[in-house]
Amino acid sequence: MTDPGALALSLSGVSKAFGGLCAVDGVSLDVTPGERRAIIGPNGAGKTTLFSLISGEQPPTDGRITLFGRDVTRLPPHRRAALGMARTYQITNLFPRLTVLENCLLAVQALKPTKFHLHRALSRYPGLFERARSALEAVGLAGKDGETVRNLSHGEQRQLEIALALAGAPKLLLLDEPTAGLSPAESHLMTGLLKRLDPAITILVIEHDMDVAFELTKRVTVLHFGKVIADGLGDEVKANPLVQEIYLGRE
Amino acid sequence: MIRLPLLPRHRQIGLGIILLLLIVSPPFLSSFLLSLLTQALIYGVLAMSLDLLVGYLGLPSLGHAAYLGLGAYSVGVLTTRYGANSWLALAVGLLLAMAVAAVFGLVALRATGVYFLMITLALGMVIWGLAHRWVSMTQGDNGISGVPRPDLGLPWSFAKAIPFYYLSLVAFLFALWVLWVIVRSPFGQSLVGIRESESRMRTLGYNVWLHKYIGFIIAGTVGGFSGVLWAYYNGFVSPANMELATSVEALLMVALGGRATLLGPAIGAAAIVFLKNLVSVYTHRWVLILGAVYIGTIVYAPEGIAGAFTQLTKGVKPEPLRSKV
Repeated sequence: MTDPGALALSLSGVSKAFGGLCAVDGVSLDVTPGERRAIIGPNGAGKTTLFSLISGEQPPTDGRITLFGRDVTRLPPHRRAALGMARTYQITNLFPRLTVLENCLLAVQALKPTKFHLHRALSRYPGLFERARSALEAVGLAGKDGETVRNLSHGEQRQLEIALALAGAPKLLLLDEPTAGLSPAESHLMTGLLKRLDPAITILVIEHDMDVAFELTKRVTVLHFGKVIADGLGDEVKANPLVQEIYLGRE
Repeated sequence: MIRLPLLPRHRQIGLGIILLLLIVSPPFLSSFLLSLLTQALIYGVLAMSLDLLVGYLGLPSLGHAAYLGLGAYSVGVLTTRYGANSWLALAVGLLLAMAVAAVFGLVALRATGVYFLMITLALGMVIWGLAHRWVSMTQGDNGISGVPRPDLGLPWSFAKAIPFYYLSLVAFLFALWVLWVIVRSPFGQSLVGIRESESRMRTLGYNVWLHKYIGFIIAGTVGGFSGVLWAYYNGFVSPANMELATSVEALLMVALGGRATLLGPAIGAAAIVFLKNLVSVYTHRWVLILGAVYIGTIVYAPEGIAGAFTQLTKGVKPEPLRSKV
C-alpha cells in the first residue's frame, strides 16, 4: 500500500448504511496527487453518496477517510473545504436568486478570513472581485456577471457549478456528473473545459457517459451496489466480464 | 446586494425628503402625532434588527420582543433602583441582550423553519415569564414606573417630547447605519448565501452555524437597543412590553415593509404604529385589523411595501432575492 501521506485522497473500508440499505459498502480507494479518476456505475450504485462521504456532508457509518494525509473522517464539510477540497453537484446547487458574480464572490471569499469582516462593504475588496471574474472567465461565463442565476440556461448553470468549485483554488475537485442534462454540443464544450483545468488539480469525476469518462481520465473505478467491482485503466475495465455484464446485460 | 450600487437617484431624493420631514416637522406636530413618530422610530430599530434574522438569514423569529424587554428592564431597574447613569444603563442593556442572545442562539440555531419559530417563541416566553414572576427584581405585573428621561451629560435636556424625539431619530439613524454597514459587508453577504443555500455554503467552506450565531447575536443586541430607547421613552416598563403580541407585530412590520431591505421594515414599523393607534380610537378589535393587514400583505404584496414600491417605480417585478426569505 502507498504511504497515505503522499496521497491526495485515501478511503479505507468506507461504508454508509441507510437503515438496512448499504449504499456504500466497504469502499477502499487511493488517489495520488494530480490524478484524474472516473467513478462509473449504474444508477443507484452509490456514487453520489460516496461523494457526500468524501465531502463530509454525510458521516460514514464505517471506515476511514484521509485527505492529503490527514484523517478527516469526523471533520465537517467546511473544514474539509479548508484543506483544499471542492465539489460540484449533479443536481445544480447554486444560489438561484443571486447574480452570477454574487455566486462567485461567495465562493471566492469562502476560505478567506475576510468572510467575517462586517465593518466595511464587500465592494471595498477588489481582490475578491478579480478572483471571481477570473473564475467566471475560466469557465466561459465572462460577461454574464449581472445575470440572475435562475435566468441562466441549464448549460450555463453547469458552467457556474464548475466556477464555484474552482473559485477557492482547490487541490482536490469532486465533479458529480458535470455533463448531466447537457446537449451533445454543450457536453463537448464542458469536456473541453475540464480537460484544460490545471493538471496539478486532482480530479474525481462521476460520469454516466462512458465516452466522456474515458476522454477525461485514464483510470476508472466501477461501483455496483455500493461496492468497487473493478478498478483500472480504461481498456482493462471495459474488458472486465463483470463490468460488461452490468452495463450490457448477461449473455 | 453584492454589487451595492448606491441607491438610485430617485430613491436618494425620496429618502432625503423623508429625512428632511422627520427633521423639520416636529415643532408643527401635535404632541399625539409626535409621540407616535417617536414610537415608530423605536419600533423601527426593533423591526430592522429582526430583519437581519428574517430577511437576511431567512430565520423567522417569534421571540424578538424578549430583547426589547431585556433592554427596557435593564434601564428600568438600573435607573429607578440604583439611579444609574444613562450611558451605564445603555451599556448594560446592550450587554444583557447580547448575552441572552448568545445563550438562546445555542438552543434556537439547532432548528430551522417552523421549529426555529417555535423555539424562539418559547425562549421569548421564558423572558416574559421572568419579568412576570421575578417580582423582587421586576415588580411583576405592576411594572417599573418612574423611569426618568436620559441624561447623557450633553448640554441638552431630553425631558421634553421634542428633544427626546430628536434623540430617538439620532439613535434610529445610528442603528440603521450599523445594520446597513453589516448587510453590505462580506459577512452580510454570507448571511444571504446561507439563506439561499445552506448546504452549498457548507461545502464551499463556510462554518454556517458560526455565521448564523454571530448574526443572531447582532440581531438580539440591536433589539436590546430598541428596548433601552423604549424604557426612556415610555417611562414605564412592564411584562406587556414583551408579550407575544409584540413579537408578532415586529414580524409583521418586517413582512409589511419588505424583507431584507432594512428601510422597508422601518417603514413597516411606522405603518403598524400609526395604524394601531389610529384604528384603536374607533375599535377595540385592533388585532382583527392586524390579521387582515397580515393576510393582505402575504397575498397581494409578498415583497412588502418596499417591493411594491420598486414595482411601481420601475414597472418591473422586484428582484425577489433582495427581499424574500
